[in-house]
Amino acid sequence: MARQVYEAVADGILGGGVYALMAVGLTLIFGVLDIINIAQGILVVLGAYLSYVLSVHLHIDLFVGLLITVPVMFVIGVAIQWLFIRPLRGRDRASMSLLAAYAVALIIEGVLYRVFGPGFVVLRASYVYASVHLFGFYLSDIYLYGFALAVACVAALYLLLYRTRFGRSVRATMQDQTAARLIGIDVNRVAALTFGIGVAVTAVGGMMFGATSGGFNPNSGYDLISRLLAIIILGGLGSIGGALAAAVFMTTAESLVDIWSPDWAVVVFYVALVLVLVVRPTGLFGRRAARAQ
Amino acid sequence: MIWRAGGALAVLAILAVFPLAVTNAAVTTIAVDTLIFAAVAVAWNIFSGYSGYVSLGHALFFGGGAYTVGIAGRAWHSTGDAVFALLPLAGAVAAGLAVVTGVFALRVRRHTFVVITIAFFFIAQITASNLTVTGGSSGILAPSPNWDAATFNNPFYYLALALLVAATGASWLIRGSRFGLQLRAIRDDEDRAAGLGVRAMPVKLAAYVISAILTGMAGGLWFYFIGQALPQFAFDPLFDLSVVVMAFFGGLGTISGPLLGALVIEPAQQYLTLQYTNEYLSEILLGVLFLLVLIGLPRGVIPTGAEKIASLRARRTRPAAGAAPPGEAPAGATPGGAAVREAKP
Amino acid sequence: MTALLRVSAVSKAFGGVQALDDCTLEVEEGAVAGLIGPNGSGKTTLFNVMTGYERVDGGEIHLDGRRITNLAPRRVFALGIGRTFQLTRIFPRLTVMENMLIAVPRSGRRHHPLARAGGRADRRRAADLLEFTGLAGHADALADTLSYGQRKLLELSYVLIADPRIVLLDEPAGGVNPTLVHHLADRIRELNAAGRTFLIVEHNMEFVMGLCGHVTVLDSGTVVASGPPQIIRGDPRVLDAYLGTAGEDDDAAGR
Repeated sequence: MARQVYEAVADGILGGGVYALMAVGLTLIFGVLDIINIAQGILVVLGAYLSYVLSVHLHIDLFVGLLITVPVMFVIGVAIQWLFIRPLRGRDRASMSLLAAYAVALIIEGVLYRVFGPGFVVLRASYVYASVHLFGFYLSDIYLYGFALAVACVAALYLLLYRTRFGRSVRATMQDQTAARLIGIDVNRVAALTFGIGVAVTAVGGMMFGATSGGFNPNSGYDLISRLLAIIILGGLGSIGGALAAAVFMTTAESLVDIWSPDWAVVVFYVALVLVLVVRPTGLFGRRAARAQ
Repeated sequence: MIWRAGGALAVLAILAVFPLAVTNAAVTTIAVDTLIFAAVAVAWNIFSGYSGYVSLGHALFFGGGAYTVGIAGRAWHSTGDAVFALLPLAGAVAAGLAVVTGVFALRVRRHTFVVITIAFFFIAQITASNLTVTGGSSGILAPSPNWDAATFNNPFYYLALALLVAATGASWLIRGSRFGLQLRAIRDDEDRAAGLGVRAMPVKLAAYVISAILTGMAGGLWFYFIGQALPQFAFDPLFDLSVVVMAFFGGLGTISGPLLGALVIEPAQQYLTLQYTNEYLSEILLGVLFLLVLIGLPRGVIPTGAEKIASLRARRTRPAAGAAPPGEAPAGATPGGAAVREAKP
Repeated sequence: MTALLRVSAVSKAFGGVQALDDCTLEVEEGAVAGLIGPNGSGKTTLFNVMTGYERVDGGEIHLDGRRITNLAPRRVFALGIGRTFQLTRIFPRLTVMENMLIAVPRSGRRHHPLARAGGRADRRRAADLLEFTGLAGHADALADTLSYGQRKLLELSYVLIADPRIVLLDEPAGGVNPTLVHHLADRIRELNAAGRTFLIVEHNMEFVMGLCGHVTVLDSGTVVASGPPQIIRGDPRVLDAYLGTAGEDDDAAGR
């Protein structure tokens, strides 16, 4: 029994790393653009399909393929922001951006269905099924690689945000768009690039998701986005550290509940979200609610 | 004002005689579906349009109403017209769901609120798939109606129409009332409204509950109409997006906007689904349409249309100089919404 | 002459910044009082704690002898303090008349929630006030269509419809053309002559000195001077607060 619990916790933490990666991108987008990119779920699935195409049709290794899929997803992200979000006008820009993202998600899902059909696919690689024997239990190789990759990516994001000029622009825009504009920051450019970065991480997340999910299809986007949203809200909108903590917490909790009842395990995600919000409406690490909406 | 009321009555008259004139079952089926969605769109607008809190989880109430009629109908062995008597129960259950979810969801900011409604919706869908009382993934079958096959759709049609009239009436009453004014003030600046004495939580919750009741009854009717409740259709993620598109297209926060949106979009959606049995195309088109509406027609057809009419009318009559404070140019040469705006601070 | 509004030793800190530091001031009933001070001296914070938008760390606030410290904005408004904001807050998608009706206090009789928004009496009062401030012609226009100066007038109008005992104005003349500033000053004078008390935060010295009978100067969260405008004008501490003493504080001089 205890062994099961330890395994569940280990699985949860490792799995949490992957979710954290996808969630961090989402919370970054919110922090800078003040919009919830509800298309993130289907974008992860798109990333998974891209890895699938590279792997199955071009026989490129999953991890090597990232060198292609990450830039591609980055461009897609920039395009989405530039074409569909930036032109929105009006008082309700925040709500409209969310709805625009929803519309884009729907379109991508429809296209994926048309191109790939509703059948489930899996990302395969020799190491997907291998595992290593550590501390008395088996940890799948793929999860370890994925976790390492997640850590590397978050570290890279951290370096980008805190050690580069661009990162400084991003942080300035996060704090006060008007002030950032006044000191000469091209806020539109920052917004587009940040959206691109937030989506680019879905390439990594998508590959990992595809390799560890045991099968995905275009419909997988819904489940993903609901989990990601729950994670970033729990962690506090705009807080990267919070997204990390929340991701690990939730996947671990789900993992533990899964021991008793697989059917209800996924509900843990949402119930945990609701419970936390009752106590702390801004999430675990969220900023205090701004004055206006 | 008078011709507006006349216009409404004309529309009502047309809708009332429609099934008597058109007997093609395929067409009337789409018509029933449209009316149900129109009622939901108007109900959704009563909450989200007026308060500005976008709910993407109204399927919770729709599906909740559907399952209520299903479970109650099965428990009480209702058949025929008696099933319709269960609709108020569906509304009551939806109201309960709204209270329970609303007291949590309405305490948070708008961004978070949208996500919470989605969360509640998913909880509902998963719960319905897992519980035995809801039939799990097989759902619940509705009793077969026992009336004449030729006019099969008519009772559903007229009930849906009645529901639509009720929803529209409620929307109209609310908009002109103090309650509605407070809702719309909340939409513009909730903190300031609260500072002036508006009790935000009870006002939002009341709108949420009213919206839920109407949506729940629509769900119950829909269940009986299509004959079954399955988790993925009773709680369908596309449901809320369709409703939102309709409301936005027609005009968020207006009375007739969502109705217009439904009358245009729902038949189009149904037609596309029938024409191209590949339903993924309708998904793509819905998404594209929504993007076009958001970018090109953000305030919707009705407000934009009203503005165009107002500016046309103003251009024909001489502009009247308003009693402006000294030193200020009149706010614009044209009255109403077409006034020139100064750069905002 | 009784002190209508009394602020006693109020302190408020935001993180490491002490916005209000043992701040004490009084506003007499029937006065037009001014509150001046350099940027960052705590004027708006003081308004915020007076009206319940911020909680105090220490000290008390009394309205006509009644303790109102830390009460919610809704309660403070109901007790008779109306305020405007530096960044004007109106309801853009409501009409000018509807903006007025929102602020109308609920009368003792319970009104049916679905009743028409604003009875005849309320509408007439609103119309009179709009006439007074000069917005009568815009009653049915969306507040969104008003110019900057007109929005300030609207905010003042709807604050007045609740018949407050004291009106707090946060930079009412800021960013507004001189003619409108005079118009505003005249209106305030008229209202004051009819018995209404004002506390005004302003940077426009001409406006303050010409309108206010009593001026308080705030610097770094404390009151550094207080008295009639002629005295304040010449007080070296006031100059010091705004410009900083030469050599002592290079940052202040450069500001």
